[in-house]
Amino acid sequence: MKKISSLQELDKARQEILDRIDPEKPVVTITSGTSARAYGSEKVIDTLRKELKKQGLTGKIDIRITGGQGFDEREPLVMVSPQDILYQQVKPADIADIVSETLIGNKVVDRLLYKDAETGETVLHKMDIPFYKAQSPYIFGNNSKIDPTSLDDYIAIGGYSALAKVLRENSPEEVVEMIKKSGLRGRGGGGFPTGRKWESCRNAPGKKHYVICNADEGDPGAYMDRGLLEGNPHSVLEGMMIGAYAIGSDEGYVYVRYEYPLASENVERAIEQLRTYGLLGKNILGTHFNFDITVSRGGGAFICGESTALMASLEGKAGEPRAKHIHTVESGLWDQPTDLNNVETWANVPLIINKGVDWYTSIGTEGSKGTKIFSLVGKVKNTGLVEVPMGITIREVVENIGGGISGNGKLKAVQTGGPSGGAIPTSLIDMPIDYDRLTEVGSMMGSGGMIVMDDKTCMVDIAKYFMNFLKDESCGKCTTCREGTRRMYEVLNAITEGKGKEGDIELLEDLSWIVAEGSLCALGQTAPNPVLSTIKYFRDEYEAHIKEKRCPAGVCKALITYSIDEAKCTGCGVCKTVCPADAITGKKKELHTIDPDTCIRCGACLAACNFDAVKVV
Amino acid sequence: MSLKGIDQILKKFEYRESAIIAILQEVQEKQNYLPEKDLEYISEKLPIPLTRIYRIASFYNAFSLKPRGKHIISVCLGTACHVRGAPMVLDRLKLELGIDIGEMTEDGLFSLETVNCLGACAMGPIVVFGKEYHGQMTPARVESAIKKYKKTSKE
Repeated sequence: MKKISSLQELDKARQEILDRIDPEKPVVTITSGTSARAYGSEKVIDTLRKELKKQGLTGKIDIRITGGQGFDEREPLVMVSPQDILYQQVKPADIADIVSETLIGNKVVDRLLYKDAETGETVLHKMDIPFYKAQSPYIFGNNSKIDPTSLDDYIAIGGYSALAKVLRENSPEEVVEMIKKSGLRGRGGGGFPTGRKWESCRNAPGKKHYVICNADEGDPGAYMDRGLLEGNPHSVLEGMMIGAYAIGSDEGYVYVRYEYPLASENVERAIEQLRTYGLLGKNILGTHFNFDITVSRGGGAFICGESTALMASLEGKAGEPRAKHIHTVESGLWDQPTDLNNVETWANVPLIINKGVDWYTSIGTEGSKGTKIFSLVGKVKNTGLVEVPMGITIREVVENIGGGISGNGKLKAVQTGGPSGGAIPTSLIDMPIDYDRLTEVGSMMGSGGMIVMDDKTCMVDIAKYFMNFLKDESCGKCTTCREGTRRMYEVLNAITEGKGKEGDIELLEDLSWIVAEGSLCALGQTAPNPVLSTIKYFRDEYEAHIKEKRCPAGVCKALITYSIDEAKCTGCGVCKTVCPADAITGKKKELHTIDPDTCIRCGACLAACNFDAVKVV
Repeated sequence: MSLKGIDQILKKFEYRESAIIAILQEVQEKQNYLPEKDLEYISEKLPIPLTRIYRIASFYNAFSLKPRGKHIISVCLGTACHVRGAPMVLDRLKLELGIDIGEMTEDGLFSLETVNCLGACAMGPIVVFGKEYHGQMTPARVESAIKKYKKTSKE
């Protein structure tokens, strides 16, 4: 491919790519992001290539390998077009049938279709599956249309047209104004208005201005940014380029989390392609705009998601936050004006430019515009990444898209905002998803983790879980955070071990105030949220642990005993075989019993019993 | 690691002090951990004080200052994995391997580690053996997975 050195050449290149596409030619699309790979997608792709060769179809059918398409529970997904059939949970052994039945015989392989668990009906098309039907996939939806390793694919769907548009028609100030009017707010957690950030950075004096993409997605249970960077890195880079033009920056960084090797690989490749095409470097598209991007990998520290810590890490220092009396937009990386936005925020930018501010502001609520991608995970039937308009209720997401609670549990709470957020009880799940409403109820939007919890989830254990996380990830700079999170963990741990005392709840509330008020950055300031929200909505569970030494959800090991239900035990002996502690005795076909003193409460028997005979009390 | 190997890495990053994290990542990638003598050599060459390098290497979770096993077992402790029973899987691994988090088995075959979230939440609980992801892990499946790795290591 030769260099694209003007706006006209970009249009021409796009037309050439489109002309090469034969709409009649069958395409088999296979997902192969991190989740799909874990389910063996690479073997599926390999088998498909071999099978096509065997059948003499190589070259007659295109294979498109995409990133994740959201429905991770059913990975790998295989789509056949032009018939628009979606096959799910495809194994290498299924490929021969897909090729002979569908590609050659034009018939459907029924067993691989999505089947509605309640009605038993199969669904042929992707967008008819309830999981996808209720979504508004303006940003994440493009993952299904492109191979993330191909810049041509991205250009074919209109990629870099937003960049071309602003370079052709708008001054940097006008771009800032558009983003301000769009009402776009930071998708990484804080929800600060993006346009205002850009404006402050643009107006700040400095030798140089930097733009940064924060891809240090550390919230446990949230992986939207991984999904975007793996599946559509160019959308993020295009957003950064538009931002750099608006702010007046010629140097950008993508700071990718250490745990995301595939995301790093895909974004690095995408940058390399842009350089080859001349879309990064000097005089981009024949204009005076110069810009280049470097990828930097993190070191596995959650705190580096905080802007000042991230910048310290980019400078090769330990990732400790600093006080923000002077904002990073004025003095950030190497003490220069720096604009930092999250992956999803950047990906929203080309959409706003292409579709216009009026269209964009028609989606969402008064204070929260556009869509938000959530990772819908935990005890929910359909797990995956979902993109919904702001303002949709939590219930709609969990029930309509998520298909409700998995197993036979009952919904207890939905946790949003990761370790900075809080648990939202069932009584509030008809609440619309909106930055300000979530904060009002003691949680926050956060980066988009939505963890569904059922009656078998212990809320005290969850609070302990987050506090354990936070005490480990606290950088240690502020005493209140370093010591406070540790003390809070110790109190919570004692409660879950049956050593809770009267007054512990009040002690936790006191410590919460100190940790929040005395800490420099958001990690400490919001650290008490998971504790305070669970105390607020699930105080009875705390009291059951402290006063009755009982864990109502049956989770806290020190407070539960395993036993075998006499009426249900068939004496099959499976529990005895799986028990690693030799705590189960019993003869074949006779009642088995568990010795509570030897039992290590590992749950192996509970998982193995086919007759639901193991009880946890 | 050979001094020549370290020199190559340092050269790649143009002996930039600010690239210290990336330099340590590459050095570790080759041998699973950061040996003291390598850090001393980097400190001499860059040159930056060894205390600063030690601060970086001990601050970031990605670095290990101790040798690690042939197979590094990482248990995901993300929230989604947690509510689906990751702590029980971890307990079983500790029991089967006879080691705690951050330790290596005596035969040098396994190291046990935890990670705060791998971002593959739909498959939780997840355990990664080396680079191989195992989804929907249960305490019972831990035993067979370890056996498999022990067997392949002997062959």
